[in-house]
Amino acid sequence: MYPAMRSTSADVFRPTDARPAPGGNIGMLRWLQENLFSGWLNSYTSLVLIGFVLWVFPAVLNWLVLDATFAGDADTCRQNTGACWPFIVDKFPVLMVGVYPQELLWRPGVACLALLVLAAVTYTDRLKGAVLVVAWLLLPVFALIMIGGAFGMVEVEQSLWGGLMLSVLLALVGVIVSIPLGVLLALGRYYGSPLIKALCVGFIELVRGVPLITILFMASVMMPMFLPPEMVINNLMRIQIGMIFFSAAYMAEVVRGGLQAIPKGQTEASLALGVSPWKTIAFVVVPQALRHVLPPLIGRCIALFKDTSLVIIVGLLDFLGMIKNSAFDPEWLGFQKEAYFFAAFVYWLICYGLSLYGRALENRGASGARR
Amino acid sequence: MASILVQVAVLALVLSGVYFLFQNTQANLTARGIESGFAFLGHEAGLPIGDSLIEYNPTKSYGYAFLIGILNTLLVSAIAIVLSTVLGIFVGVARVSPNWLLAKVAAIYVETLRNIPLLLTLIFVYTVVIGSLPHPRDPISPVEGVYLTKRGVFVPRPVVEDGFILFMLAVMIAGAISISFWIWARNHKKTTGRSVPGVLGGLGVFIVISTLAFLATGGPVGAELPAYSGLNFAGGLTLKPEFVSLLVGLVLYTAAYIGENVRSGITSVHAGQIEAANALGVSRGIVTRLIMLPQALRVTIPATTNDYASLVKNSSLAVAIGFPDMVSIGGTIIGQNGQAIEIIGMWMAVYLTINLLISLAMNFLNSRVQIVER
Repeated sequence: MYPAMRSTSADVFRPTDARPAPGGNIGMLRWLQENLFSGWLNSYTSLVLIGFVLWVFPAVLNWLVLDATFAGDADTCRQNTGACWPFIVDKFPVLMVGVYPQELLWRPGVACLALLVLAAVTYTDRLKGAVLVVAWLLLPVFALIMIGGAFGMVEVEQSLWGGLMLSVLLALVGVIVSIPLGVLLALGRYYGSPLIKALCVGFIELVRGVPLITILFMASVMMPMFLPPEMVINNLMRIQIGMIFFSAAYMAEVVRGGLQAIPKGQTEASLALGVSPWKTIAFVVVPQALRHVLPPLIGRCIALFKDTSLVIIVGLLDFLGMIKNSAFDPEWLGFQKEAYFFAAFVYWLICYGLSLYGRALENRGASGARR
Repeated sequence: MASILVQVAVLALVLSGVYFLFQNTQANLTARGIESGFAFLGHEAGLPIGDSLIEYNPTKSYGYAFLIGILNTLLVSAIAIVLSTVLGIFVGVARVSPNWLLAKVAAIYVETLRNIPLLLTLIFVYTVVIGSLPHPRDPISPVEGVYLTKRGVFVPRPVVEDGFILFMLAVMIAGAISISFWIWARNHKKTTGRSVPGVLGGLGVFIVISTLAFLATGGPVGAELPAYSGLNFAGGLTLKPEFVSLLVGLVLYTAAYIGENVRSGITSVHAGQIEAANALGVSRGIVTRLIMLPQALRVTIPATTNDYASLVKNSSLAVAIGFPDMVSIGGTIIGQNGQAIEIIGMWMAVYLTINLLISLAMNFLNSRVQIVER
């Protein structure tokens, strides 16, 4: 008889308690040693960086908060060594909407709310794809109507639009119009007959080969010369058209990447089932392609938003333009640093927020595809 | 058949569109009394230019002024490409460093610079950073002979002295010797299997011969130091604030992107390969040189090509801070004679040529590192 076969309660295997980890393998010191002081080069780098952080961080904190002025006017600010936040507070309306009429501010507000609500709804994935697409396509129209005024609302001239509102509007219209255009260009480049392909490739490469500034100059200076004298398009609209063309060329390249990633079997299966070629492209290929390239597409949106800052060179007063103007206000001279710091903060917030939103959409999309 | 019809229809549409635009342009130009054609390039420009690589005065022609713009664009782009590559590699390596603090600092740098428009960075550097440097009276001098002031950066200028040609000849001979040594070492390894340190040896030979030649010819390269005289610095080499700001802004911005390319290249190499090499006792240097780099470069080079092209295009933002690059000078010319079509055409031609050259060069480099597939 083997001892193990007699199974009495006394023989049940009882593991001894795990020994505690050896000292020095856990806790902060261990972490510090592993991550900051694992060798002499590492330790040296860490020490230099710690010194750098200890030098920069207090200085920045002092300037931003501790020594800063939070209430008062330009004279109070000059007495303190820190940042002058009353300057930003004073300029805030101008920075946000330019010289847009005060009593009509609710209108851009509603447009902005619509944008945020649509973004949230898109994230929750409650609406059907087609409805969402239509809603996004209508959003710029709605925003333009709300800001410019139509259907009996008081009209606001385009020369009064400005500030962050103008930057967002330029980017929003640019993105929403350039994505369909980019899809068409990409389809032309990928599926088109030789002539159409050549035209699409020519457009895409020509636009991508030159800086945005030259395209904005062209839109602002040359477009009136191309058109008959009775056809007058105002400066803002011309610049918007230039940005759309510019963005469409880049979108086309992004979408082409997506088209290339769709296996041939997809189109073949769809055609074999008797679906017409156009419907195959519209309902089988393009939706999948767009889903594939969501990350770079969001990247292009961020890039276009950053690029809207270039319109100050052709004379529009967008957010950066208003910042620049404020920095030279005789009443608040000497507070450029605050203005540019605030601008950097706002741009950073929006761009980083967009990239987080894009990542969230992407993860949601991925889980949806897995289901 | 149908597809041919469609193509003919599209062609007709495009041609009539072009004809329509051409007609309008002709009519508009005559109505405004603007001449067309490139005859204006020979006319006297009469515009002042701050920075110029070659001799310039306002009596020179428009074509000459535009050429200065092209040279300035090329100069700032070339320097920025080199510096941003160096900084970018450093940032990319720092981001994957086992040192937690270094990785975090690099990450903050990348995320900050990439999410702020380049134009804002440029204006910030120009007005705030350069603007807060001291007056030439009491400059910041990190190294003897280098002075940072709000009027620009002053550095020593290399001056060629007697015997320079002799020295250059010696350097060329040294180069030829070290290259032939390297080739011999490579062939020697191929035929006998014994490895000779060809690169290191060649470099050593080159440095030794060059140094000896430098001493023998009596140090034919001197330096002219900038010196403060009354109002400003005289002598030396002056880097104008506009040039410095554009360079710093472009380098900081592009390095963030190149850093990301480098990082994704490094992380794309499978960790198992490095571990396998370590387990086999392969030395660290060889792991980096023969396993890590070739695979990382395959990912990094194509993305970096695009960033170089963007950098050249982004240099056109010079117009916002008043550095006389091609776009800035061209814009002034448009303002003077209204010949926008010609100038914009010239801009496009130059940028497209530069971009083409960059992609040709980088494609060549890329074809050297890509996997050869059968």
